[in-house]
Parts: sequence; C-alpha cells; structure tokens
Amino acid sequence: MAIVRAWAPIAIALALLAAVNLLLPSLNEDYRVHVLLDVGINVMLAVSLNLVNGVTGQFSIGHAGFMALGGYTAAFLSIRLAAYQLHGIPDAVSQGLFLVLALVVGGMVASLAGLIVGLPSLRLRGDYLAIVTLGFGEIIRVLIENTEAVGGARGLSNIPPWAGFFAVYVGVFVTILCSRRLLASTHGRALLAIREDEVAAEAMGVNTVGYKVRAFVVSAFFAGIAGGLYAHYQTNLAPKSFTFIRSIEIVVMVVLGGMGSISGSVLAAVVLTLAPELLRALDQYRMASYGLMLVLLMLARPSGIFGTREIWELWPLRKKSKPDADRELARPAGSP
Amino acid sequence: MSEFFQHLVNGLSLGTIYALIALGYTMVYGVLKLINFAHADVFMVGAYTGLFSARWLRGENNEDNYARAGAVLVISMLVSAGLGMLIERLAYRPLRARPRLTSLITAIGVSFFLENGAQLLWSPDPRRFPRLFESHTYFIGNTAISSMQIIAFLVAVAMMGALQWLVFRTRFGLAMRAVSFEPSTAALMGVPVDRTISITFAVGSGLAAGAAILFGLQYPRVEPFMGLMLGLKAFVAAVLGGIGNVPGSMVGGLVLGLAEEFVAGYGLSSYRDAVAFAILIAILILRPEGIFGRSVAEKV
Amino acid sequence: MSAPAIVPELRTEVLVANKVSMVFGGLRALNEFSIDIRTGDLQGLIGPNGAGKTTAFNALTGVYLPSEGEVRVRGERVNGKRPHQICSLGLARTFQNIRLFKELTALDNVRIACHHTAKAAWLQAVLRTPGFLREEAAITERAEHYLSVMGLSAKRDEQAKNLPYGEQRRLEIARALATGPSVLLLDEPAAGMNTREKADLMPLIRRLRDEFKLGILVIEHDMKLVMGVCETITVLDHGITIARGTPEQVRADPRVVEAYLGAPAAEKHA
Repeated sequence: MAIVRAWAPIAIALALLAAVNLLLPSLNEDYRVHVLLDVGINVMLAVSLNLVNGVTGQFSIGHAGFMALGGYTAAFLSIRLAAYQLHGIPDAVSQGLFLVLALVVGGMVASLAGLIVGLPSLRLRGDYLAIVTLGFGEIIRVLIENTEAVGGARGLSNIPPWAGFFAVYVGVFVTILCSRRLLASTHGRALLAIREDEVAAEAMGVNTVGYKVRAFVVSAFFAGIAGGLYAHYQTNLAPKSFTFIRSIEIVVMVVLGGMGSISGSVLAAVVLTLAPELLRALDQYRMASYGLMLVLLMLARPSGIFGTREIWELWPLRKKSKPDADRELARPAGSP
Repeated sequence: MSEFFQHLVNGLSLGTIYALIALGYTMVYGVLKLINFAHADVFMVGAYTGLFSARWLRGENNEDNYARAGAVLVISMLVSAGLGMLIERLAYRPLRARPRLTSLITAIGVSFFLENGAQLLWSPDPRRFPRLFESHTYFIGNTAISSMQIIAFLVAVAMMGALQWLVFRTRFGLAMRAVSFEPSTAALMGVPVDRTISITFAVGSGLAAGAAILFGLQYPRVEPFMGLMLGLKAFVAAVLGGIGNVPGSMVGGLVLGLAEEFVAGYGLSSYRDAVAFAILIAILILRPEGIFGRSVAEKV
Repeated sequence: MSAPAIVPELRTEVLVANKVSMVFGGLRALNEFSIDIRTGDLQGLIGPNGAGKTTAFNALTGVYLPSEGEVRVRGERVNGKRPHQICSLGLARTFQNIRLFKELTALDNVRIACHHTAKAAWLQAVLRTPGFLREEAAITERAEHYLSVMGLSAKRDEQAKNLPYGEQRRLEIARALATGPSVLLLDEPAAGMNTREKADLMPLIRRLRDEFKLGILVIEHDMKLVMGVCETITVLDHGITIARGTPEQVRADPRVVEAYLGAPAAEKHA
C-alpha cells in the first residue's frame, strides 16, 4: 500500500510536468530535460526537509549546506573513480555502480553534518535553532569556498556526467518511499508527537532528544544524495549555488506544501521549480516578486496547500475520514 | 601599544554602530518574539534616504553644515521609522497568532522584497554616501582618531542614552517591557499592545537609520545589499547580549565591534567576518540566553 | 463489577519519594517531600495554590532534577533520568492543561504511548520487515484496546482537537494507560469538568486502579473528588507536608483548615 502511496505524488507530478512540457514549445529538448531534473532534485530536497521541519516541527533553514556537502563529496569521489575501469563489466554498469557509491558516501558525509547540526537542537527552540542551522549552512559554504582541493570559489568542474533522468527519478522515488514508510510507522508518529507537543511526547516514552537528532541525520542524508545527483548532471558545482537563499527556497516549498505533508512538498517543489521557467520574461523582477510572494503566501494561507494532510486524504475513498495506509498493514487477520 | 589603542578606538566606533542596529532586533524580539529579518534592510533604506535627502538639501554652496547633517539624520530616522511601522502593520500583525515559522518566512520575504526592490529602483551599483562635514584627524601618540569618529560615537551614545531613558523611565517603556514579558496580561492591564508594538518598531527602525547615517559617514559605500552582513553581525551582537535585553544589545554590540577589530588587527584580517559566526556558535552552544538574558523554563 | 481488592502482600512499592527537596535560587519550593505509593493505592495530593503540588509532581516525573532526596520507580532510582526513561520504567501521567497531540487522531495519540515498547529500528520500518509489521499490528491492537476501555472506540479516527472536552480528558487517560504503567499520576483530572462529569470520574479512577493494578496519585483542587475517591491524602503548604492521613483525618486537621482558610477559621474549627 505504501508503494502505491509513494507513486501517487510522483504520478501527479509527472502529469503536471507533461502538461507543462506541452506548454513550453519554445524551450529546446536539452533545456527541458534539465528543468525536469531540477524539479526532481527539488522534490528530493523538499521531501527530506519536510521530515525535519514539517513532521518533527523543527526550524531547519540550512538545508542547502547538506546538499552542498553531499554534492561535493560525491563529485570529489567520482572524479577520482572515473579514472578506473572495472574489468568485464560494461561501462554503463560500472558508472552506475560508481555513482551509487559516490552518492552513498556523499549522503553519509551530509548525515554526519546533520548530526552536528542536530545536536544544538537539543537545547534550542524555534528561532534560535533556525539561526544555528542558517549559520551552519553558511559556514559550510564558506568552508567550501576556501578549500582549494574542491575548486574553492571557482567551483568544481569536469564531474563525470553519470546521472540522467533515470538516476534522478529513482532517487526521487526512493526518497518519497522512505519518507512515506517512515511517516507511516511508530517512528513517524513519534516525530509527529514531538511536533505536536514535545513535553507530552517525552512523558509518553518518546526519546525526543534522540529522535530529533535522528530526523536531522536522515533528512541530511537524502539532501546529500540530492546534491550528489545534482552534481552528476550539472557536471560542475559552485559554492554560490548553495547559499542561504537556496535553503529558504526549499523551506518555502515545505511550508507551501503544508507542514508534514509529503505530497504537499512534492507538489510545491514542482510548482516552485517550474514557475520561474514560465515567467522567464519577468526575470529581473524574480527575486523581488519571490519575496512579495512569500509575504502574500503567509498572509493568505499559512498552513500551506495541504495543511498537515496528504493528497489522498482530500478525497476519501472509504467512509472513514482518514484512510490510513498502515491500518491495512496492521490489521490482524480475521478482525472486523 | 598605539596599535592597541587604534584597534580600541576603531572597535568602539564600529561597536556603537552594531549596538544601534542590534537594539532594533532586540526590541522587536522582546515584544514579538520574532527575529525581524527585514531590519537590516530598513537600515539600508535609511542609508539611501540619507543619501537622497543630503542631495536634496544641498545648498548653493556645497559646504559642510552640521545643521544639514542633523536634518539628514532626522529625516532618515523618520522615514525608516515609518517603514518599520508599515512593515509591522502589513506583514507581521496579521500573523501574530500563527506559529513562529510563518512570521519568520514572512520576515524573510519582506527582506528579499526590500533588497531586490532597492536593486531595481536604485540600481545595484554602489553609491557614495556624501561627506556631510569635514573631518579632522587628531593624534594621541600614534593613534589616529577622526572628528567624524568622535561625533558618530557621541551621537550613538546619546541615542542609546535616550533609548535607555525611554525604556526604563517612561510609561511607554514600561508598556514595552510589560508586553515583552507577557502580552496577554499586559493587554488585560490596559496596555495598548498594538500601539506599543508599532512604536517599538518605529523606535528600532529609527535607530537603525541613525546607525546607517553614522555608518555612511565613516564607510561611505551604499548598495542594496549592504544590510546583509551588518545585519547579521548586529543580530549576533543582540544574541550575545541576550536578545530581548536592551542594555545587553549595547554591550553585545561593543564587544563584537572590539572583538572584530582586534582579531582583524592582530590576527587574520580575512577572518574578520568569521568572528561574528564564531561568537554566534559559541554563544548558542554555551549560553543561548546571552550575557544578560534569563533562560526561561517551560511551564509544564 | 469491580475486581477484588488487592491483597496487602502483593502491594509492591511503585513510586517512592524520599525527602525530595526542590531549591530554586534561594527559594525552597519543596521541602523534604516524601511519599510511598504502592500497587492498589489511591492517594491524593492537595494544598492551596502555590503549595508546591506541581513542583512535587514535576520532581516525581523527571521534569525537575531533585535538589535533594531520591525518587524511585518500582524500586529503581530515577533521579536525573529523562522523563521518557521514567515512563519506560512504569510511571505515567496526565496533564493539568490537556496535552494531547491535537492534529493527530485519537488512535495515533494512544499509539504513540505504545512507542516505547517497539524495538524495531528506523531501517526496519523503511524495509517493512516482518518483525516491524508484527510490532505495528501489536501496537495498533493495544491502542484500540485502551481506546475501547475508555469508551472512545467510535472516535478512533477523529482528530484529537475535534473531540469534546470530556472525551479529550478520557483520551489523555487512555494514552497514559497505554504506556503500560505501574503507577499513574493524574494532574487535576477534574479541571474544567461539570458536576456530572466529576461524579463519573470517581468510579472511573477506582476502576482504573482495580482493572489495571495501578497505584494512583491524584493532584486535585476539588475537595469533593479527593475526599470521595482517595484513601490517603497528603497536604502540602508552602512546600512542606503539613498533614497526611485518611480523608476524615485530614478534614479535621486544624493545620489543614488553617492553610486553606486562614487562622481564624482554624480557631473556629478547633
């Protein structure tokens, strides 16, 4: 059941993309693929951030930092792996293997950073935590800028182009699936409890400290993977792609979609990645109108498109008001 | 030794600017528990207002004039105060009951809007802040102090003194402190909460504009994103002193200014900006409530 | 139909506080507070406003670290342990201002209380291993059981924030029960209830004690409730225990009357 639930957001997103695709005849093929890849990456970033901000209710606004760490680490590794050849294995397969290896290593480095960033969350609430995460994101960027081994401010280029449509959308699928499965489990409920009322959650046996940190770690992992995939189709990385503005863009996607709603994050990521493309003509007004849009959005519908619910909960198929995937899983055989 | 005093002078000079901006952050955080991301951009608007009003007020002879400088200061402060109140009224007030992340994002939106709007309106090219009066340099030993620095320092101290009086010796200040402690109770006691918050924004924004003028006189580069780095550092100063605490921000600003000057002077000047980050991390890890803050335990 | 009363020999100690003091700055909010709660006990903690009841409560549940003294749950010392660890050891509580997980359903609220019994790790949840699925089924079954115990089965899919006040209170109790406690602490369970609801509460508390073999400690302001349902009552005033005994003993104690009504009333009573 969870697999179906994981496909639903993607199906909708792809439908949306197909529709938009038809509406953009002026763009060439390559560029269109590029936009779709950007959408995929943003979906991964939004869904992973949703775990911390939406589900667990923390204030993380430094997500671009994890993406950067994952991307740079994966790229660094790939550039060196590209020199090797595995005997007897076709190139495509060995590239795939190398890519997976690089991505996983990138993800782990990012999750280590997630651990470091998550630790202050134990003592800090709300705005303070937001500032720390913001600070960390910036520090990561500044550190990258000052590290010559990865190109410093000039950036890192000649990254092997091992990621394409397939790789990115497998990543999207995995991210959504893991997120969904986590959410529909006792662990997901524990995270939600922390968001709803941390004191009560702790009193009911939830290790709030451990779980908050874990949310950061897992979220950072997927952001790192997204960064790695990004690196492998962009084929070059620059630290200025990972500023705090990038982090804010992802936060906005999570908030717009509805805190805690996976399908909301997906939809919002799709819409917010495509919108600038459709409004190319207004490019110089982009940032100013983005700022204005944020304000208007918060004033008009602060709980986001879906609030805290998922897209399938808007049209209940049964009489129950909230069909629950894991009820099917959990119902003991033979019970009414 | 004279180097030491030079850094001391420069540090105090810089520190008072940080302090003035930090006060805006701290007062707004006190009454609304909101980090006003847009504050740094109100500072920027203050600088541009100063620039334009200085041009507008230029007499026949392009002579330096303390009266003109005073007028520029007042005009900027009034304009920024108005802008601050407008932002509060339109963007923050409707969201007061909402979770804080919502207001945070709104504040960021306002900030983006102001920065990029300024860029569209006034071009991204940096402009030169006018020299409103002649500056003489005095020497004590080998330490150079400009009259500009002295005047800026004195004006800043005067403003901080006025604020101190306002917060601790007037009814308005009492209202402000009451709202900081417990808005619902303050309302029940008859404190006009909305108006108090409005005026708090006005005062904070006015001080930011004051800081902008004083800053512009000493570092005359004006551009749409000038608030970013300064705002961040001033924010760190506010947190250092204990955000929400007015004297704390003044102390925090001075400490940061001095720390930055000494690190840059004696250590590595390229790490100047990193000082603020380092202090921020240290404070948030070691003592998040800041020097003068009180840690508030949640009532179970 | 009530279960038979628990035989004295089977009454093990479930929550013991030994001379617990809480000192905040210069203020001694709680002074040498001791209490001994055993399986089957129905004890009450009362005192005028500011007497230190909530402080005592928080010291017992791990929210505060005792400045002095010791707290033991089921014989194990819990000073300095985090509340979630103390919960796992067998202590459950409800909150004075209901603290339900508002956006979540009634079922989910109770399922979260079962969380600490789950051993499956995050990875197993993602992979949907058989072990994980079994645990999920067990948790759901357990949660549904406690919902039905409190008469809330019909509301299992209702968001907690949409429940009427009385049902919210019952949900809080269902949630606390689902943690599988040996001792249950009820923080002003009658707050905000009307007379009829309060009247229903008393047999409910007794039933909880009997059916679930619990020791129960009730903090309350409502005298009728406390006198009606508790067997032993401890009275606090200004952080000090001024009386302890049966409802009749406490009611007649002049120090108690004085604490609540002031000295002249005590004289009138004596």
